[in-house]
Amino acid sequence: MPGSATLVGYDEAVSRYDPLIGLETHVELGTTTKLFCGCPATFGGEPNTHTCPVCLGLPGSLPVPSRKAIEYTIRIGLALNCSIAEWCRFARKNYFYPDMPKNFQISQYDEPLCTDGWLDVVLDESEAGADGSPRTFRVGIERVHLEEDTGKSQHMGGATGRIHGADYSLVDYNRAGIPLVEIVTKPVEGTGPLAPKVAHAYVTELRDLLRSLGVSDVRMEEGSLRCDVNTSLSPRGSGRWGTRTETKNVNSLRSVERAVHYEVERQAAVLDAGERVVQETRHFHEDSGITTSGRSKEEAQDYRYFPEPDLVPLAPPRDWVEQIRAALPELPSARRARLQEAWGITAAEMTDIRNAGALDLVEQTIAAGATQADARKWWLNELARRANDTGAELADLPITPADVAAVAALVASGALNDRLARQVIEGVLAGEGTPDEVVAARGLAVVSDDAALTVAVDEAIAAHPDVADKIRGGKVAAAGALIAAVMKATRGQADASRVRELILARLTDS
Amino acid sequence: MAELFRMSAAEIAGAVRDGEVSAAEVTDAHLARIEQVDPRVHAFLYVAADQAREAARAVDRRRSSGAQLSPLAGVPLALKDVFTTKDMPTTCGSAILNGWLPPYDATITRRLREAGVVILGKTNMDEFAMGSSTENSAFGPSHNPWDLSRVPGGSSGGSSAAVAAYEAPLGIGTDTGGSIRQPGAVCGVIGVKPTYGGNSRYGVVAFASSLDTPGPLARTVLDAALLHEVMSGHDPCDATSIDAPVPPVVAAARQADVSGMTIGVVPEFTGEGFQPGVLARFSEAVELLESLGAKVTEVSCPHFSYALPAYYLIAPSECSSNLARFDAMRYGLRVGDDGTRSAEEVMALTRAQGFGAEVKRRIMLGTYALSSGYYDAYYGKAQQVRTLITRDFEAAFDRVDVLISPTTPTTAFPLGERVDDPMAMYLADLCTIPSDLAGNAALSVPCGLSPDDGLPVGLQIMAPVLADDRMYRVGAAVEAALDARRGYPLLNDAKGLA
Repeated sequence: MPGSATLVGYDEAVSRYDPLIGLETHVELGTTTKLFCGCPATFGGEPNTHTCPVCLGLPGSLPVPSRKAIEYTIRIGLALNCSIAEWCRFARKNYFYPDMPKNFQISQYDEPLCTDGWLDVVLDESEAGADGSPRTFRVGIERVHLEEDTGKSQHMGGATGRIHGADYSLVDYNRAGIPLVEIVTKPVEGTGPLAPKVAHAYVTELRDLLRSLGVSDVRMEEGSLRCDVNTSLSPRGSGRWGTRTETKNVNSLRSVERAVHYEVERQAAVLDAGERVVQETRHFHEDSGITTSGRSKEEAQDYRYFPEPDLVPLAPPRDWVEQIRAALPELPSARRARLQEAWGITAAEMTDIRNAGALDLVEQTIAAGATQADARKWWLNELARRANDTGAELADLPITPADVAAVAALVASGALNDRLARQVIEGVLAGEGTPDEVVAARGLAVVSDDAALTVAVDEAIAAHPDVADKIRGGKVAAAGALIAAVMKATRGQADASRVRELILARLTDS
Repeated sequence: MAELFRMSAAEIAGAVRDGEVSAAEVTDAHLARIEQVDPRVHAFLYVAADQAREAARAVDRRRSSGAQLSPLAGVPLALKDVFTTKDMPTTCGSAILNGWLPPYDATITRRLREAGVVILGKTNMDEFAMGSSTENSAFGPSHNPWDLSRVPGGSSGGSSAAVAAYEAPLGIGTDTGGSIRQPGAVCGVIGVKPTYGGNSRYGVVAFASSLDTPGPLARTVLDAALLHEVMSGHDPCDATSIDAPVPPVVAAARQADVSGMTIGVVPEFTGEGFQPGVLARFSEAVELLESLGAKVTEVSCPHFSYALPAYYLIAPSECSSNLARFDAMRYGLRVGDDGTRSAEEVMALTRAQGFGAEVKRRIMLGTYALSSGYYDAYYGKAQQVRTLITRDFEAAFDRVDVLISPTTPTTAFPLGERVDDPMAMYLADLCTIPSDLAGNAALSVPCGLSPDDGLPVGLQIMAPVLADDRMYRVGAAVEAALDARRGYPLLNDAKGLA
């Protein structure tokens, strides 16, 4: 029964054990075509429509590598400070599985395209050092290589959706042959208790980096970024490395952190009991946050790697590599530092923007004329809430940075108050048009015409004589109840400060 | 005009071009010949009569419309059943692919069609091209037209038998360890392994990717050269295809002159284990070449003796991976899918039933050779040997224009003689394997009949990478001299179908 593992509390576990983590990340490249054929590499589509003899592995078909996919891999390698191989080969990884058309995967083995780099990752404000500065970890990159993705199996009829217990399985080969880059870290030492945070921060930084490079849209929910997380424990200060487990297919940033956290607690309990951690692959369960045993490495397959004889060695010319290097865009860490300074915000505020996935949106909104405070306010509050309600990414909301800047401008000019502005945003999201069109169509405008307001104020006073008496008696704070009544009567369109002035003018001598 | 089916490809192409005969008549004559003799030869697994007649009519229409015809338009051809054809089944001689109709044409299939070559059907072969006799075909062996109780060689034995039995003037095979040259030699026809990468492998069901080489079979050196030029050339669908001009093989075949050439005899391939009659004819060929003005010298290639063991590690290793795709999931045979078995069980049952003994043997050999802990000692070491053999060739070609040897140690052996002795079977490819490992070109041309059994002997001519034209020059000279001396074509002596 999954979930029955004994655990040691996290703080206790890390007081006695040092965690060591390593991450293998697979990212689907955003090339137009698949790695070895001309089929579209787009996500989804009717099952088995993005296929041809090559990606179906039909007898006689042969792979021809995509130059674009190789260029993207080199771009990733360079952005991760790797060396680019002058000569390397693809290799076959042999194992049988129905969703693998050839029953081998064209991958790279001992001759990867990119090796030996690093990525600096910054932890959240909450983990700042004693002097308040953000903590940075340098994560070593072992290798970056290019391989083809497999098809996708769907197990039908069983209770769990897994192959065990299913009545039958369906295979969709649309994904087969989509270029996949595998990025493997070196073991990340010295994180101490921060291991789960470092894992989270690494994948976050990597995601942002990959997006900025334009090599992938990196949608974790569609599986275009997938992580395998290696975790081991060693007695604190021993300097030895413990036996690791590999938790497969951890597919969200939060899950990466949770998976490490859980494995630390589980392995500590195993070690405390005087037992040995089994070297094995484990499955992460998003719902419960636990990992369960997969197949153990002892019974693991022998992949019988050998150089792919259908392809010639890959020898990227040096001048091509240098062209790719010269064309690298500004990398996310540099960009964040630049924008943080330009906008005059704190590191914590920048972290909030980034965590919300709003950096591009905020930048574009500011570019469209909004102040940084307004841009952050609308994206991180109202719009983040609405995105969260619908489960959408912020960037997928049907509202543009220009729209948000327009709303902010209407508020700044006094034409709208915040409450009306939220209605305008609601209208834009509902497809009613631009902010100006929504304002016009819904008749939204702040009412500051004294004649109209005076009527409403007098009605409110008449309806709440007790409140009016309190104000006459000097309790000015009680005016709020009357203001609220007027706002309600005017459906929120009244200028609240003018209403207050009118109420006080009626009821006091001032 | 001679019987249509006895004409050479060059003659047929000329007659069709000149309107002396229609492609349809030529095709019908060959289909009739197939009907007459193939029940005894069993060269074909599938005769595509309707498709062939349609292709022939298309050539005739093109001709009557005044369009320019390509050099082999209207010439019938026997295609080894390892090339995909979207209008004919492609089985590779295996039960596991029985009835498979590919959704696409191999590049070479397409080039043949575009050139107006009439594909008569698909020819028998050892299963997945593994063998030297066609006895490993799941559909029964082919028979040697010289003596129906003997093998036609293999794995392209169906194509070589079809050409020797006048069922087609041209055949196409694939050579991985000798699978064109050896059947060519034992059937008394020309068999050519072009430079690796000179002919597209796209749509050739893979046995060993780094070795598989499509090439022509024909009754004359010129016919082989004409087909060579139609088949060859860079293919962007094959990453190992060489982007270089096709060597001028037709011109070389017409030149047929060895004067001034330096020819090296490989002493490693003239000694023990060779049939005396084969060595006798080989010696005469050496003398003939000298008499034709070539300078003949001995060039030792010390690592050639390691070629066979290296080959039997590399080829099975690649095949163990290449044949993994036959798993019942997407095409071909499916065994035991009764709703109670897992996909894994269905895969295992299908492979157990669908593959023959030799294929299984090689999959097991290759799986073992690639296994963790054994890779360096087997596959890795074999690749080192391969490099040494390549260097032997390079050193030799620094000194001589071509190398020669017998194509095979023996003439055609009796059906059944070696089926239970894989090592004896493997030795049939002793002399042909080095060129596959090194990727250079080689051609087998008949050099007479062995005095001890009256069966044809092949002379192998090996040329450097992308110097395929040299072996055509030599082969055509030998052919012309021997035909002149004899006074008639060698195949007239083939009495198996008499």
